[in-house]
Amino acid sequence: MPKPRITNTLYELSSKTMIKNTIYIISTIIFFALILLPPILGILIKWNTMQDVFNQPKLVSEALNAIAASFAVAFVVSSVDVIFGVPMAWMITRGKSKWLNVLDTLSDIPFIVPTATLGYSLLLFWSEPGGLSSLFGTPFVSPGWLLIILLHFAFSFPVVVRVMVGALLDYKLEYEQASRTLGAAPLTAARTVTFAILKPSVIASFTLAFARSLSETGATMMVAGVFVNGPIFIKNHINETGALVFVSFILIVLSSLVFVTIRLLGSKLRLPVNKVWPMTERKLSTSAVASSRNSVTLLVFFVVVLVPSLFVAIPAFEAVFAGILPEALSGLGLWGDYWQSMALSYLVGTVVTLLNVVIGLPMAIMIGRKKLGNGLSTIIDMLVNIPIIVPSVALGASLAIFWTENFSFIPEIWLLIFAHLSITYPYFVRSMSAAVERINIDLEEAGKTLGAKPLCIFRTITFPLAKYSMLSGAIMMFTRSVSETGATLVVSNLVTAPVLLVNWVKTGVPTMTLGLGCGFLILFSFIILLILRLVARGRRTY
Amino acid sequence: MPDVRLVNVTKKYGKIVAVDNVSLHIYDKEYFSLLGPSGCGKTTLLRLIAGLVHPDEGEIYIGNKLVNDVPPEDRDIGFVFQTFALFPHMNAWDNVTYGPRVKGFNVKKAETIGHEVLEMVKLHQRLDAYPNELSGGMMQRIAVARALAAGAQLLLLDEPLGQLDAKVRNDLRYEIRRMTKDLGLTAIHVTHDQSESMVISDRIAVIKRGRILQVGSPKELYMAPKSIFIAHFIGESNFLEGYVSSINGKQLTIELRGGTEIKVIQQNMRKGEGAVLAIRPETLVVEKGRKKKRNSMLGIIQRTTFEGTNIRYEVKLENQDLVVVVKPSMIEEWLNLGEKVTVNFSPEKIRVFAYPEAGLREELTVE
Ligand SMILES: Nc1ncnc2c1ncn2[C@@H]1O[C@H](COP(=O)(O)OP(=O)(O)OP(=O)(O)O)[C@@H](O)[C@H]1O
Ligand SMILES: [Mg+2]
Repeated sequence: MPKPRITNTLYELSSKTMIKNTIYIISTIIFFALILLPPILGILIKWNTMQDVFNQPKLVSEALNAIAASFAVAFVVSSVDVIFGVPMAWMITRGKSKWLNVLDTLSDIPFIVPTATLGYSLLLFWSEPGGLSSLFGTPFVSPGWLLIILLHFAFSFPVVVRVMVGALLDYKLEYEQASRTLGAAPLTAARTVTFAILKPSVIASFTLAFARSLSETGATMMVAGVFVNGPIFIKNHINETGALVFVSFILIVLSSLVFVTIRLLGSKLRLPVNKVWPMTERKLSTSAVASSRNSVTLLVFFVVVLVPSLFVAIPAFEAVFAGILPEALSGLGLWGDYWQSMALSYLVGTVVTLLNVVIGLPMAIMIGRKKLGNGLSTIIDMLVNIPIIVPSVALGASLAIFWTENFSFIPEIWLLIFAHLSITYPYFVRSMSAAVERINIDLEEAGKTLGAKPLCIFRTITFPLAKYSMLSGAIMMFTRSVSETGATLVVSNLVTAPVLLVNWVKTGVPTMTLGLGCGFLILFSFIILLILRLVARGRRTY
Repeated sequence: MPDVRLVNVTKKYGKIVAVDNVSLHIYDKEYFSLLGPSGCGKTTLLRLIAGLVHPDEGEIYIGNKLVNDVPPEDRDIGFVFQTFALFPHMNAWDNVTYGPRVKGFNVKKAETIGHEVLEMVKLHQRLDAYPNELSGGMMQRIAVARALAAGAQLLLLDEPLGQLDAKVRNDLRYEIRRMTKDLGLTAIHVTHDQSESMVISDRIAVIKRGRILQVGSPKELYMAPKSIFIAHFIGESNFLEGYVSSINGKQLTIELRGGTEIKVIQQNMRKGEGAVLAIRPETLVVEKGRKKKRNSMLGIIQRTTFEGTNIRYEVKLENQDLVVVVKPSMIEEWLNLGEKVTVNFSPEKIRVFAYPEAGLREELTVE
């Protein structure tokens, strides 16, 4: 069958070293110019304001305490995320029920809910009189560190589930089967073979959750009470540029150190795959244990993640019965602006996702395949995380300085898109590079020996083997973009749906209206993701 | 003792019936092959026995125990995968000793077993190499060693030699058989290579489209194929079409296309019924010149191929049918291209089949 000429030409081009390198160089330049530098340049420009902080020893120690608190929370949260997220991903990928696609999509909800709204929702659920507290009289969980952990768990849980579902779907079952035929109980097989092989993805998911927890500001503010972590410290000292620079700088440096350590140790660190406890692990593999594990996972998911995240939208049902629905659909009054901002949000989300797939893919391959040698690849790999480590207040401020002060001629919508590109890029590159790293290089080499050009190899080998990780990355970007609030507020005057909802909270619109507003956003995103998933997974073969 | 019995086992994937009502008994300590063309369901059958897939219907017994609900790790089997499936994150040694370790043997014992099986597969160097650093032959040895080390009495092999080059494949065939015999194991070996299954097996089951067509020793399958497909798939056969022109007791006269008559022994055929003669190439005798006699046809050599041990002729018969004749090249006089010859049939070595309902071509397809 003759290939279309254009495909052929592209294939030919892709085998030219110069073209390949040009693509890698361009994607690196785009990464630095568009993704990495804007969020940190603001910080670097104001470098010398740090002096102000050093002159106030009390402020320094407060700042350091806040940072320590951030790391402690991030560590606890991402560990718990992995503990519950991995079984959840397992259940979603290994179960037989068709409903699992729905569960899979449900697990994205905390990601869909705009962050500021999410914080508000959790506050309502855990400590306000209308929520759980009504059962107990007193606030069930008062604002403070515990509520922060609950919040961070809710919004970073989807990250782990998403990355691990992609990884498990792309994983070649035969290794696990081999292990079973050699006498390993299911738990032993999963521990010593499957997750040992999927280690890069476990690490990637931990890293993403960790970074997300370090930087989140908007929602954290709502539930923090008197507790102070890094981003809140910045928020409290928003008028002292020095504090912003100092805390952001330390957060970036420390977390980069943590990530480099994780990465370096991660590839060295051999999980104790050679230790086996046959009797214990066999007992823990029985279907009774498996179903109680599933029940606990589901319970945690519903009670700690899903319901609190959706709590703010519950009045939507009342609204429907109270007859607000026709009014909302007709776009009268408040609702005109609402639908406009919804359209804007989805437009931006789509554009950002598509653009990032294009510019992020070469980067993911470069990192996953260590094209730049071990050292340089590790550095780039670490840099990729930075846009999600920078606290979002600082990020917003920094992006605003960079874009609006230097490039005010660029249309606002593009500034918004650029900002979202920065924020979402790491999710895609992280999940995709872990997938690429896992793919046996033999397979690509086999393709080469058969005369396939690099682009053809990607299309016919790498892509099919990593397509679920790619889908996961795209979903994370899309949802993150649609729900982003903090930075959006600062960068432009455009009103996306989350910004509008925050305004609604501030101006105190009726709970039913607010609920319905959140409800639509969640519902639409949910439907889009579900359709995407059903299409991509139409032919599940396991 | 591990004999394996399948009773009316069926496995479907959606509309595809991968294994269709299969009943089979594999004896203890037997080297048994599942042979069939690609996609016929061999792997699925083997995976059913291993417990990696579950039957929709039917029962599977290992050593007289019903194992339908027994998970793979409790079936006491060794499985060698088509792609080896060596754990990429473990070196050769850790791969080999994985079985003893997960079975909870103490370290000493696991190591002893490791050394024993590596001794058996004759692999001692490069034990700290990871699978991606090993050659195909080494990976294969490691895969077999790993399966043996688990100490199972039943060894399941899915095209274990499929990924190796011809020479290595030939050597390893005998080695695998020798090892299983030395250890007194029952082995079930999946392959689509009939010559491999012939030299390695005690008995073979030939499978087509999820069904078992015939089970027998290599000799039985070769000498007495029960169907046209088997005569075609095991070894090589010429097929000539004709019909039963007369019956005299057990002796039938088959009239071939072009009118030549050949007398063969066969029951169960009616006068006038369409027939297919299956004739092994080495049973045909070719002579120079044209000497028409009983049970012979005239022809012209259309192609000769020198294969080393044998020389192979394609002869166009007077009725335009084509037959292949194989002769030992060092013993017989060679014939030239275009030479006029007489082809003599040996009726007692011909097998006669009723003309297949779906047509000869359809019967011979391997899909
Ligand atoms: N997991 C699966 N899902 C759907 N169909 C399957 C699956 N596994 C096998 N099949 C189908 O079942 C049939 C038998 O497959 P099987 O792998 O058993 O064949 P095989 O004889 O081992 O072939 P080969 O020699 O090519 O390995 C094929 O039509 C195949 O497409
Ligand atoms: Mg197969």
